[in-house]
Amino acid sequence: MINQDEGRQTLADEIKASSGINFNACLHCKTCANGCPFLEGMDYAPNAVIRLIQFGMEEEALKCSTIWVCVGCNTCSSCCPMAIDIPAVMDGLRHKALEKGVKIAEPDVLNFHTEVLNTVKKYGRTHKLEIMMRYKLKKMDFFSDMGVGLKMLKKRKLDLTPSKVQDKKAIEKIFKGK
Amino acid sequence: MKKFSKANENSRQSGRLTFSFFPGCSLKASGHENTMSLLKFCDSVNIELKELEDWNCCGSSSAHSVDQNVAKKLPMRNISLAPKGIPLLIACPSCLIRIKSMYLKIKKDKILKQEYENLWGLPFDEDLEIIPFFEIFNRIHLEDYIDHPKEKLKKLKVAPYYGCMLSMPPDLRFEKSYFGIMEQTLSKLGADIISFGYGARCCGTYLSVAKPQIAQKVVNEIVLKAMEAGAECLVTACSMCHLNLEIRCSLENPIPVLHFSELLSMALGAEDQKKWFPRHIVDPVPLLKKRGLLTQTFFASNTKL
Ligand code: SF4
Ligand code: SF4
Repeated sequence: MINQDEGRQTLADEIKASSGINFNACLHCKTCANGCPFLEGMDYAPNAVIRLIQFGMEEEALKCSTIWVCVGCNTCSSCCPMAIDIPAVMDGLRHKALEKGVKIAEPDVLNFHTEVLNTVKKYGRTHKLEIMMRYKLKKMDFFSDMGVGLKMLKKRKLDLTPSKVQDKKAIEKIFKGK
Repeated sequence: MKKFSKANENSRQSGRLTFSFFPGCSLKASGHENTMSLLKFCDSVNIELKELEDWNCCGSSSAHSVDQNVAKKLPMRNISLAPKGIPLLIACPSCLIRIKSMYLKIKKDKILKQEYENLWGLPFDEDLEIIPFFEIFNRIHLEDYIDHPKEKLKKLKVAPYYGCMLSMPPDLRFEKSYFGIMEQTLSKLGADIISFGYGARCCGTYLSVAKPQIAQKVVNEIVLKAMEAGAECLVTACSMCHLNLEIRCSLENPIPVLHFSELLSMALGAEDQKKWFPRHIVDPVPLLKKRGLLTQTFFASNTKL
């Protein structure tokens, strides 16, 4: 267990409260880092992010790319000897980063999540084609990756019309309030 | 477990299993060939799937990433729609985690249960059984529906690919594990199982859109390792994995990727492959033809592709 002085406690406490996870139990065995398929795309290894919170290094933790590159695949958490729900810790940090309005290390990932939720809000289900179009529009980038998009259209992997939930009121209720 | 003989139609009818069925957005909107073959398979093993009425997105990877409130309520609504007394089968592995995780949370937490009941005006169903597609193999005896199962897949060399679907968050770690189920089932049906080290490596999910280079590297590695191990095809049980392995692979002449449900249905004699295979980016037809796995019917109507 890490002894933290008063001022350093805040972020750790907040993340603990929101995720319900005691990451102070982390042994830094690095099982998570060794198994993570996306380690190369991260600036801090997953256990290093936990270390940052333990040390109260809020700014580094909220601005790091790891929290956005992590896809929550649970490869790490299913092997963690201390049963720490690492993806849930990442969730907590992402929420904090958005709340505090810090600079987001991977705006493309956030852009993607926003577009997904936009279609869910509209239809109750995701609509891939619209997500891709709006994602590209926001990025002002239509030409990279065109081949893949066309291939998907040709193979009918992108439905043109969205599949929708009938009970619109229920979806409104979900997106309203806290 | 009850066994049903193929010859005895009556006992088969009476042994019909019914599940309510949550397809999820991936299957519903892009993995049509997965859905079609899955429904076909269930029908041939006497399972009735009733689509959960008016189901909604489980929140996918995005809700829990950026909006806790929505991440909580989207799965809640799906739970509230599930009819009582019938197990809820969730075809998509990540929807399963979202919905089951939320279900167990509500079960343990009185305040959350109250919130659920206030929100949907329904009592929380304490006994709802939420099961993955793989659970089917614990409930039926596959061989009862096939004559000479061992001859069906003609030693096709398949590399089973699970991606992250068997990795569970800590709150689900005491749930039943399905490691080895594709190997077991496909080898019963006469396939040659190729083991390779990347069968449980995550496919990159949405990084395929937001960070394509990262996804491409991981996907290429997975496909290449399966090829090096001698596989003729990969087989997946997740629509999202299937899509990523196909669209993000930049290797020259990659092997095709089949859905588990396609191989199952084929072994059970399905003849509508012509509706599934044109939706694959890497065409599996030459391989299956070489192995003698396509029937006359397939070629007869091939022109309609
Ligand atoms: S696997 Fe668990 S205990 Fe080990 S370093 Fe990672 S979070 Fe810490
Ligand atoms: S959940 Fe995140 S940190 Fe853990 S292995 Fe997957 S991508 Fe890496």
